[in-house]
Amino acid sequence: MSDWESVIGLEIHVQLMTKSKIFSSSSTAYGAVPNEQASYIDLGMPGTLPVLNEEVIKKAIEFGLAINGQISKKSIFARKNYFYPDLPKNYQISQLDLPIVEGGYIKIQNDQNIAKRINILRAHLEEDAGKSIHSKKDNCTFIDLNRAGTPLLEVVSEPDLRSANEAVEYMKKIHEIATFLKISDGNMQEGSFRCDANVSVKKYNDKELGTRTELKNINSFKFVEKAINFEIQRQIDLIEDGGRVIQETRLYDENKNITKSMRSKEEANDYRYFPDPDLLPIEINEKFIKEIKDGMPMLPDEKRVSYQEDHALTNEQINILLNNSDLSQFVDEVIKKSKIEPKKLMNYFISSIYLKMNKENLLIQDMTITPEDFCKIINAVEDKKISKGNIKQIVDILLTTKGSTEKIIKKFAKAQDDDLENIDSLIDKVISDNPKQVDDYKKGKTKILGFFVGQVLKIAKDSDPGLIKEKIIKILNKV
Amino acid sequence: MDIYKKSLTQLAALLNSKQISSKELTRYFLKRIAKYDSKLNSFISVDEDYANQQADNADKLISAGKNNFLTGIPIAHKDLFSTKDIFTTCGSKMLEKYLPPYDATVVKKLNDAGMISIGKTNMDEFAMGSSNESSYFGDVKNPWNLEKVPGGSSGGSASAVAARLSPVATGSDTGGSIRQPAAFCGLTGLKPTYGSVSRYGMIAYASSLDQGGPIGKSAEDCAVIFDEIKGFDKNDSTSNHQIDFKKTQLNLTKDDVNKITIGIPKEYFSQEMNEDISKIIFQAIEEFKNLGFNIKDITLPDHRYSIPAYYIIASAEASSNLSRYDGVKFGYRCQDPISLEDLYFRTRKEGFGTEVKKRIMIGTYALSSGYYDEYYMRALKIRRIIRDNFREAFKEVDFIFSPTSPTTAFNIGEKTSNALEMYLSDVYTTPVNLAGLPAISIPVGFNNQLPVGMQIIGDYFSESNILNIANYFQKETDWHNYIPEEFNHE
Repeated sequence: MSDWESVIGLEIHVQLMTKSKIFSSSSTAYGAVPNEQASYIDLGMPGTLPVLNEEVIKKAIEFGLAINGQISKKSIFARKNYFYPDLPKNYQISQLDLPIVEGGYIKIQNDQNIAKRINILRAHLEEDAGKSIHSKKDNCTFIDLNRAGTPLLEVVSEPDLRSANEAVEYMKKIHEIATFLKISDGNMQEGSFRCDANVSVKKYNDKELGTRTELKNINSFKFVEKAINFEIQRQIDLIEDGGRVIQETRLYDENKNITKSMRSKEEANDYRYFPDPDLLPIEINEKFIKEIKDGMPMLPDEKRVSYQEDHALTNEQINILLNNSDLSQFVDEVIKKSKIEPKKLMNYFISSIYLKMNKENLLIQDMTITPEDFCKIINAVEDKKISKGNIKQIVDILLTTKGSTEKIIKKFAKAQDDDLENIDSLIDKVISDNPKQVDDYKKGKTKILGFFVGQVLKIAKDSDPGLIKEKIIKILNKV
Repeated sequence: MDIYKKSLTQLAALLNSKQISSKELTRYFLKRIAKYDSKLNSFISVDEDYANQQADNADKLISAGKNNFLTGIPIAHKDLFSTKDIFTTCGSKMLEKYLPPYDATVVKKLNDAGMISIGKTNMDEFAMGSSNESSYFGDVKNPWNLEKVPGGSSGGSASAVAARLSPVATGSDTGGSIRQPAAFCGLTGLKPTYGSVSRYGMIAYASSLDQGGPIGKSAEDCAVIFDEIKGFDKNDSTSNHQIDFKKTQLNLTKDDVNKITIGIPKEYFSQEMNEDISKIIFQAIEEFKNLGFNIKDITLPDHRYSIPAYYIIASAEASSNLSRYDGVKFGYRCQDPISLEDLYFRTRKEGFGTEVKKRIMIGTYALSSGYYDEYYMRALKIRRIIRDNFREAFKEVDFIFSPTSPTTAFNIGEKTSNALEMYLSDVYTTPVNLAGLPAISIPVGFNNQLPVGMQIIGDYFSESNILNIANYFQKETDWHNYIPEEFNHE
């Protein structure tokens, strides 16, 4: 078994996050009533013509720059001709020669945890097709063309991946870049990020690659791993049993965890690509590229290093931030404005704002809180004016009311002051009620402190145990 | 008053001075259509209610003094220009009952100018043809001789204007489809520079060659319509946004004329050329010389390759453009399909005519893997060479003259069985489309009582100059004023 090597290349379809479609002004929003977001252009009505959405070009260039690729000065659209009911024109506008991005690479951690460079052949723009919904019940097929014309960037890797795990690592990296730079929302359930995998196997010593199969339309990291692993094993078993792999397209069945044949090379379409005469070549000059480059945030890999080295965040914390550039920006602001150690500050952030966002499925933009507000709150905690538990409460209040942050903090600080006075007398009472334990403490039995803290907390439930402990020590030392 | 003889400028004056209302004018031409078109079959559909309603609006604008120059004047549209809620068939069974949900930019601009859409004219199916015989809606007759074809593919538009059933018409030209029917019918037809006129809403035949334009009684009429339809359109990426499209001024002077050089390509007057036609063209050239223009012999050495290159490129694009007619979303659908393949096969088999199927097959073949380089790529190379030929020529001359077609209108049925001969009738017009240049056809004489057209080719975006010299010639001659006898009365 171990003398087999698998060779994998991925074609990842990244749906670009633009308001309107690649060649029409229809909305790209997900989940609308079928065919409500299909214009005459999307429907391919006779006489209609595509007009390129410039936003798409910007996103593709950003991606190209992020993967160290070459942005083509001149790029052209081509028609890929094939008949399918959810492809309204019966050709897809795509790119063949002169794609918008050529070459490039990213680095992943391979199975031996060593940095490995994965080369990217190209990234090209194309329009998505609609959806066919086959209904057994009605014995017919429905067509929803809302998705037709949605902009896609197809990212084609070189066959540089050597295991399912590497493929997943690579896919995650591309996902991170696409989402962190807001090139895509990366939503895999909605199909905004999906991939085809080309898989072949060969003996380690063989120079030539084996015959490959193409696994179509896989839309989760988990399935990519499972599908590729299944396919590798299937091919090895086939060859070891004296058979041979045929070049074909296969589909992964998630329920059965197998791949099955869809169509062979002989049945494959001749797509009859030719340059689309309805669209002019895209010409991109250096100045335009530079403008985009200057407007781009730090890339996730650089950001990771900065979080590790400049701010000593934990990996877990970093992953949260790299998943979402808005969160990262928010936290960066807080770090800049606050004197609190970043790791600690990040803990405050995760246990309050981040938790709330996840629980209620909110974006950071939905949280009305600003980085300044958050700084004020955590500074108050550090100054012991309010308790850690108060952060969550204040964040909640700020989400629903429009009060000034200072006022809310003051209110909590005053309540704490009041509580503290109460706590002081409570501690006095606990100490005078338990002379035996006080004696033990005096004899050096410091473990008994826990007993006192417990007694106080029984009554003052929301208080900060650390603070109580400190106070008890002070008072005991005076007794 | 012989209104059918009036130029657009004269009609505008009559409307403006309220000697006639748009309603009256519209009824006048609708009546002519009712009276004469059964002989010609130049219209596929005439929506009288819509025309009358547009005329009422035009009259309101005129009486309020809010009219444009063209407000209230009828125009006929080739039936490949999408007209909102009005049947647009493209001459095909496939679109027999197709109602577009929007207006083509050309139609919208002319509607906005206040013109009346008097009807949709017959055409070769999907604009594929040179004789109007491939229309699903029947042959169109040439008003000069009802046995003859009117030319194609804008045969209906040419026939209608020649018989004065409409003051003017729109057409489209992919390989000569405005100029050749204009020549066959004794009219003036302008094929603008590729990118001068928006293609949005004009049902595509071959996208890199198609261009809409006017067919009229004179260069002056063509200028008026061209001015209205030209210009950048954000809905058509291939329409030109760099050119400053100014209003055409027909003001060429004798002094200007003396500075203009006209090129005569020797390859265009070879032995294949009909002698009689050749003589007529040379007479016209002589006429231009007498008017003070300079004449010079030039060469366009590679133009003999333009017909094969044209048929490869046009058919390749057509094979893709026409894929959308599959019975799924709009247009004809076969009865009771039993499977998806059956739906596709039968819809397209029953919905398309022979010429269209032939070109889809040629185009599909030319683009298939293994043949792409040999056919499509080579055709593109030839296209570049032809463009370069013209570029060289325009370094020496301002215009190039040629016959529009090697023959006059031929008999209906004469060439339907010989595709190659039919295709060769586009020999002088296709190079112009391949290069994307503007050209006009003007009538310059008769041979056996059939009109002969001459083509004037200009440099890119020189429509205004082309129209000027055509107009200059027409001011001095009256070939364009002849009207076929049978239709030369009220």
